Amino acid sequence: MGRRIGMEVAIAAAEAVALCRIDVAAVYPITPQSHIAEHLSDIVHDGRIDAEFLTVESEHSSISACAGASAAGARVYTATSSQGLMLMHEILPIVSAMRLPVVMGVANRAVSGPLNIWNDHTDIMPQRDCGWIQLFAENGQEVIDMSIQSFKIAEHPEVMLPVLVNIDGFQLTHMIEPMEMPTQEEVDRFLPERKPFATLHPDNPLSMGCFNMPDIYMETMKAKDVALINAKKTIIKIWNEWAKLFGREYRPVESYKAKDAEVLIVTMGSMGETASVAVDEMRKAGKKVGLIKIKLWRPFPVEEFKAAVRGCKTIAVMDRALSFGGAGGPVATELKSLFYHDKDRPRIADFIMGLGGRDVRVEDFITMAERASEKEDDTYEFLGVRE
Amino acid sequence: MKQKKWPETWQEVNPGCIVFTPGNASTYKTGSWRAQRPVWDNKKCIKCGICYIFCPEACIHEDKEGFFSADLDYCKGCGICAHECWPQAITMVEEV
Repeated sequence: MGRRIGMEVAIAAAEAVALCRIDVAAVYPITPQSHIAEHLSDIVHDGRIDAEFLTVESEHSSISACAGASAAGARVYTATSSQGLMLMHEILPIVSAMRLPVVMGVANRAVSGPLNIWNDHTDIMPQRDCGWIQLFAENGQEVIDMSIQSFKIAEHPEVMLPVLVNIDGFQLTHMIEPMEMPTQEEVDRFLPERKPFATLHPDNPLSMGCFNMPDIYMETMKAKDVALINAKKTIIKIWNEWAKLFGREYRPVESYKAKDAEVLIVTMGSMGETASVAVDEMRKAGKKVGLIKIKLWRPFPVEEFKAAVRGCKTIAVMDRALSFGGAGGPVATELKSLFYHDKDRPRIADFIMGLGGRDVRVEDFITMAERASEKEDDTYEFLGVRE
Repeated sequence: MKQKKWPETWQEVNPGCIVFTPGNASTYKTGSWRAQRPVWDNKKCIKCGICYIFCPEACIHEDKEGFFSADLDYCKGCGICAHECWPQAITMVEEV
């Protein structure tokens, strides 16, 4: 059994990563991720783990250093947020194309401008298509668990893809929560040593990150897409193994009081907790409302999501980012496209909420569920914006 | 069976496009789209080797007698050698 702890979630994330016996961390501090960088640096410099902590000059360098170290066979971690993630953007698809199992924590924060350091998902959504496996943690325990699981997923010979764990900035990173921290023995039993497919070594030269002419680039992209889609079954397998060892279950899509629900709220990340309180209150008032929480954003769990909402007429989607001038928020447009060919497709109402740290209260979810069943048109709307 | 030089289908693409035979780019001929080729006039050539130094493709070689020529499998016909050759021993000739 792990140790019961009360700890700030960002610190716990760094502790969890240290349990994974990483070889290299290259992390550039940025609010609200900084505590991960600082604490991981402490752990390395106190000699608690045998790793290199690279003090790079930017996030572009941190992810590049991670790519190089990972290519040399190291187990590698980085973390970032907002502008830092935007600066990494150029390198993210290269890391996934090179099939390097880098693990990254993203302390989700609004993107400038105007400058705003608070939580939403506008930093991760522009990285949606970068070919990384993307998980969303709902609470501190999930941050610890997913951080450890990520290494096993990323390094699995049938996956070999980078994984990022979304951790809502402040709402998760800076909360002190009761959690269970696995012991070193437990993590060692779960997570084997990395066995790379290929490594850069002067004794056995090879080339990584090569050039593709137009006659092979499309085949390479198809191979990458299939690899990401196929990763889902390994992720589920690893989650089942985790449940056996630690007693905590993970699924690509989680349901809460969803059976017989007439309206289903959809969330990603920490807001699932607030939404579940709203569902409890509405159920008490006799309203048939349930909750669906997406934990695996890429590869998108199409079958699991469809199964979770089967029979429901109205889906109320919480989008914490928007596509300016587009058809709606990224989550709602994704879900709408899933159901386009289905005859009994649900109505999908899209609500832009909680941008740049705007509070989302229990009442907001109640309003959202009510509005979703009344809404006639197909447009998205801002919830909680002053008019 | 003859080994394939590079993958044809998406299933044949190595994870990460890793190339396990370093230096095999030399087996890939890249000179086919050249519009002009460099031709040396060895009567004017003073064997200084400036063409060899400046060739961005490193495709100019010295022969036994000390004269130079381009490997047309890789020469793109950029004309840098002709531009740099101060005795003007190199002329760019249209490919037909």
